[in-house]
Amino acid sequence: MANDSYSVIVKNIGKRYKIGAAQERQDTLRDVLVAGARKIGSAFKRGKLAKATDDHIWALRDVSFEVKQGSAIGIVGRNGAGKSTLLKVLSRVTEPTEGYGELRGRVGSLLEVGTGFHPELTGRENIFLNGAILGMTRKEINARFDEIVDFSEVEKFIDTPVKRYSSGMYLRLAFAVAAHLEPEILVVDEVLAVGDADFQRKCLGKMGDVAESGRTVLFVSHNMSAILRLTEETIVLDKGRVIKRAPSAEAVDFYLNRGMSKLGERYWEDDEVPANAVPFRPLAIRVVDKDGVVSDSMRSVDPITIEIDYELEQDITGLRVGFYLNSTRGEAIFTSFDTDSETLFKQYNMRAKGVYTSRCVIPANTLNEGRFVLGVNASSYRVRRYFQDDQALSFSVDASGAPGTHWPEPRPGGVRLPLAWDIQEKG
Amino acid sequence: MGVADEKAVVKSAPNLVVLKPRKGWLGIDLKELWQYRELIYFLTWRDIKVRYKQAVLGIAWAILQPVLTTAITSLVFGLLLKVQSDGLPYPVFVLSALLPWHLFQLSLQKSSISLVGNANLITKIYFPRIIIPISSVLAVMVDFLISLVLLFIAMAIYGITLKWTVLWVIPLTLLAVFAALAVGLWLSALNVQYRDVQQMVPFLLQIWMYATPIVYPITTIPEGTLRYLYSLNPMVGVVQGFRWALFGGSPPDMTLLVSTVAVLLLLVGGLFYFKRMEKTFADVV
Repeated sequence: MANDSYSVIVKNIGKRYKIGAAQERQDTLRDVLVAGARKIGSAFKRGKLAKATDDHIWALRDVSFEVKQGSAIGIVGRNGAGKSTLLKVLSRVTEPTEGYGELRGRVGSLLEVGTGFHPELTGRENIFLNGAILGMTRKEINARFDEIVDFSEVEKFIDTPVKRYSSGMYLRLAFAVAAHLEPEILVVDEVLAVGDADFQRKCLGKMGDVAESGRTVLFVSHNMSAILRLTEETIVLDKGRVIKRAPSAEAVDFYLNRGMSKLGERYWEDDEVPANAVPFRPLAIRVVDKDGVVSDSMRSVDPITIEIDYELEQDITGLRVGFYLNSTRGEAIFTSFDTDSETLFKQYNMRAKGVYTSRCVIPANTLNEGRFVLGVNASSYRVRRYFQDDQALSFSVDASGAPGTHWPEPRPGGVRLPLAWDIQEKG
Repeated sequence: MGVADEKAVVKSAPNLVVLKPRKGWLGIDLKELWQYRELIYFLTWRDIKVRYKQAVLGIAWAILQPVLTTAITSLVFGLLLKVQSDGLPYPVFVLSALLPWHLFQLSLQKSSISLVGNANLITKIYFPRIIIPISSVLAVMVDFLISLVLLFIAMAIYGITLKWTVLWVIPLTLLAVFAALAVGLWLSALNVQYRDVQQMVPFLLQIWMYATPIVYPITTIPEGTLRYLYSLNPMVGVVQGFRWALFGGSPPDMTLLVSTVAVLLLLVGGLFYFKRMEKTFADVV
């Protein structure tokens, strides 16, 4: 078997971070001196040299896998599972602490579109700058310039500084440059979370083209339908380790059903909440049936209550907390926020520091049978997204007694509404 | 999972990238740097473009800054304090030293904060990190070349004719650039971890300026051991060399040699230190 058929080989890769470096960053010399002095002080107190305490965490451990040339591999996992660290190691942004890996061919990484864009420079200038940063030569950029501009749909503003662009235009241009990079190995992280639906479709199409043209794609996403559409195989990461590798459909099923509490309730542990969520702190999410029981299985004919507990460490203006309800295939069913109603929107324009529960009821006879995934989002519109967990909790719905269940057949679709039919006999 | 045997795979495939923890002190990979030459060009180009964007006078500032500093210094040191100037008109005396000094100062300033200023690139994309301080220094070079024209104009005004020694300006300029890069490598890498560095740089440069014969002639410093110690400051050799190359007089002999050796030592040390710290930049910046 020729090894050349693999374009990525990773063997026992591990990445260790110093907790001190990541969390209570010792940014100044003073901090280091103080910390050092404290260590010596406590060592003296105990009358012995303080042994090296384990203040390291392994963001990745023993990760081994290989990717055949020309295949598209998905990588899924919860927040903090090590996905981003893995991509950073693969794209050589950071070095592994241990292990060995090989990449055959030029690696293009899209860890974030628009990396290196400079607000003062024009669209045209940024195409060249960003292209060079992403690893294109000037010749390549020149050859693809028109295509890039075309794809981005910003030709009218190509000589305007990008600081005057709308966020949509900015993202389109940024993605356009990245999409025309033609590396042998493409590493992508969540770029599809941006832009409007149309543009997302366009991006997905472009990524599909890349995969079909024989290049290798490593794709990290929370969007299960994109994973299913674009990748053949998927790796599931948990706590820095590979816990499953399987054809994507199987791996996605495994991922969605695993770890997510089957009890209808989920608590966020500290390491699952990114540091940049502060001052928002998610605590728990649960589904509750009509009798007030927290459970994994709901009935379609009863109302279903969804509760999200969270803490605000300081006042937040314009906060909205809500959920996305999706199928396990990643299709969106609906989205709802706690300040959707005008009254609550006005009343909670400023939400004071404290602990809250946002609760809503999905009316009886709404959901179809099947398994559903709740994603949580806490954000201030157009200001900041504090926290997002696209797979916060899953639960099942049993449709017995719902309209049409006298025919024991599966019905497609996420909802099963008791619509008022009327049958008229015409003659 | 059937991971291919690693020994079998280690062959020099055309663009094979190996991921593994690097240990120890590795030198600079010049070949890789050459592969990334276009990125160096574009980052330099970006720095130049951005510096004068939305400034009405634009690139004219490259000339205005030395003119204004020369005017102020000539007023204070030349006219009021009547500092000696080797028998040259004071403004030309100062300007000839200010130009290489500005080159050094700006290069050092820009390069020491360059890594932190480009943190978004470092945490997202791989490239040899040394490109960042290098391109920030190169961007300053452009200003320098423009301001050099100013010096020749000033000399013409004061009726000073150029000698063939003027060609020495080229290696001397390189020496100043390497001096700035050497210190810049140390400081930029340190600044990634300790932001104290960027607070210290302005003071460091202030002291450094007075430790360089810019507003006063080198003859103020007694010859002998003290002069050699003084020449450990690489900018002493550069400034002294500049004056000699432009106006003649006593060649900078040993001063320049001591300064050059000092630069080389700093540069080699800086390269090693930078290389050593490079692998953690993305994690701590």
